[in-house]
Amino acid sequence: METKLVSYYSDSYSEHAALLSGQSVLWLQALRHAALETFAATGFPTLREEEWKYTNVTAIEKHRFKPVANSEAINAELLKTYLLDDMWNLVFVDGKFSAEHSQLDGLNNEVEFHNLAYVLATQPEKLEPYLAQAVSNDEHNFVAFNTAWFNDGLFLNIPAHQVLTKPIQILHLTVSPDCLATSRNIFVAGKNSEAQIIETFVGENAYLNTVVNEVFLAENANLTIHKLQSESKQAYHFGGTYVKQQPHARFQHHNFSFGALLARTDLHVDLETAAECSLNGLYLGVKRQHIDTHTRINHNKPHGISREFYKGILDNRARGVFQGRIVVAKDAQQTDSDMHNRNLLLSANAEVDTKPQLEIYADDVKCAHGVTVGQLEEKSIFYLQSRGINIATARNILTFAFANEMVEMVSIPTLKKLLATKLLNLLPV
Amino acid sequence: MLSIKDLTVNVGDKQILKGLNLEVKAGEVHAIMGPNGAGKSTLSHVLSGKAGYTITGGSIIYAGKELTELEPEMRAREGVFLAFQYPIEIPGVSNIYLLKAALNSIRKHKGQAEIDAMDFLIWVKEKIRLLDMDEKFLYRAVNEGFSGGEKKRNEILQMAVMEPKLCILDETDSGLDIDALKIVAHGVNSLRSENRAFVMITHYQRLLDYIKPDFVHVLADGKIVKSGTEELALELEEKGYNWLNEQAAV
Repeated sequence: METKLVSYYSDSYSEHAALLSGQSVLWLQALRHAALETFAATGFPTLREEEWKYTNVTAIEKHRFKPVANSEAINAELLKTYLLDDMWNLVFVDGKFSAEHSQLDGLNNEVEFHNLAYVLATQPEKLEPYLAQAVSNDEHNFVAFNTAWFNDGLFLNIPAHQVLTKPIQILHLTVSPDCLATSRNIFVAGKNSEAQIIETFVGENAYLNTVVNEVFLAENANLTIHKLQSESKQAYHFGGTYVKQQPHARFQHHNFSFGALLARTDLHVDLETAAECSLNGLYLGVKRQHIDTHTRINHNKPHGISREFYKGILDNRARGVFQGRIVVAKDAQQTDSDMHNRNLLLSANAEVDTKPQLEIYADDVKCAHGVTVGQLEEKSIFYLQSRGINIATARNILTFAFANEMVEMVSIPTLKKLLATKLLNLLPV
Repeated sequence: MLSIKDLTVNVGDKQILKGLNLEVKAGEVHAIMGPNGAGKSTLSHVLSGKAGYTITGGSIIYAGKELTELEPEMRAREGVFLAFQYPIEIPGVSNIYLLKAALNSIRKHKGQAEIDAMDFLIWVKEKIRLLDMDEKFLYRAVNEGFSGGEKKRNEILQMAVMEPKLCILDETDSGLDIDALKIVAHGVNSLRSENRAFVMITHYQRLLDYIKPDFVHVLADGKIVKSGTEELALELEEKGYNWLNEQAAV
């Protein structure tokens, strides 16, 4: 059969493949090859796919993004603003680990903590049990794309019973024009272990950033991931996090999406017996930003608990998409699940498409969900005006208060402060 | 201080105020009473600049300026304060934040520097004692989960902090039990001064037992139909409003 070129990104792959990590690792080469074939068949997802019907990514094909071999300029200002104190920091510039900007002093030696390119060069067998195990290339073609193209990332393996005393920050700084930054992270938390991770995405110029996190929580492990995404207004972002929770494991996710030009976050959680997850998020889009969040919680076994609370704020011509899907399997009796999505539209031209989906196959469960889309209340604005506050400030105060509820849920002081500052910059009061 | 002349106001096609006249001087306390639907709340809303009302005639001169030409926030900064009949709940905004923002908006308007955080705290704690409120109210979201009485006290607290020249109390007594009414009245009375005027809109005479007015006006069918002193309020309490409606219809 004649092969038809569907994407520049499969066509140009061979030019760049030699630069990607893990060249001598045969099983990885096979995995990458299969992923590339999957991607090449249909290219990036299209509006015809149910999970992508509100998010049009065809503009990515108008660019010629490519991996950057040597990143020369670093934006020191961005680094200074977003690199948080009092934690271990790993910095990735244009998708590659930068030892120079990272800070890992005092990390417990029992914790395995290396960039992926290094592990692939030294002990690739350590990755084999995990890579492409929490998510398969069939999920959609951004995952296949990531598997084919990833060059670096973080391998974090926390042994059983270890508690990390400080959060780990993974800062993705993308600065080179037309950069293709592709990273893959593997987080493994052993039995009874505990850790907090902050992934931060910032950058300038036009680029494509795709990141896939595969997360494995052993029994009774407790992991919190914070995602702060605030990228260049010319950039494209795909970030997928796929979590496997063993019995009694706990997972918390706080997702702050200030977007790019187009940003999509996927968050999938698989819960075994009595595992708990809590997914909180805020998306805030302005101008012509498009911010899409897709979550999926699979209650596979009994007694699982899930809590999901997302808020969205869309101004100007921005568009938000929220899809929250919860699947309760036949076996998953006594599931307790609650999902809410509240949206604030600040302009007549802003739009949100919100779609909660519950699929329940068990008969003894507690599942609640609710969605609201609204505007700032005139009576609240007038109340503030009657106290001497001008109308623009009144609107910002009310919007800030709506958003800040999500910031208040964050327990790391430095991150909380950064988020509040970020909000105040967007909504001066 | 306030001079309302031949004021006519519409809501949509319906005329609510039909040629209202009122003169208020500094230091005076005026009570405006009247039956439901007479236009009492419309008057307070028009004075504070709420949207949804069309002024079709007349004038409202406050401190030498045409009040209707000012945005609501400018009226507040110039010293016009409305204590709401139904105070608004604002989740996520703390009381102390709003109080400080309100005070600073006035200071800025007067060309003064913003108040220092410590000075403000001392200042506001003094005011909160006046209303017999717990300090924890400062850190709660504005009116969120407050009881009816707490909301009304909170309005007077805002008034005490902003130190307005013209205070409009819109049915401040409604929904208050007698103890709460006494506290609110105490707060209001302690703010009485020769530079400050009050316009109290109320349905009931009982508020006037605690805040003594200099003048009582009866508002019926969109205009002041009778003015007098405290005795008028007692007469109204006794006879009801029906005889006024009959008079107005003549």
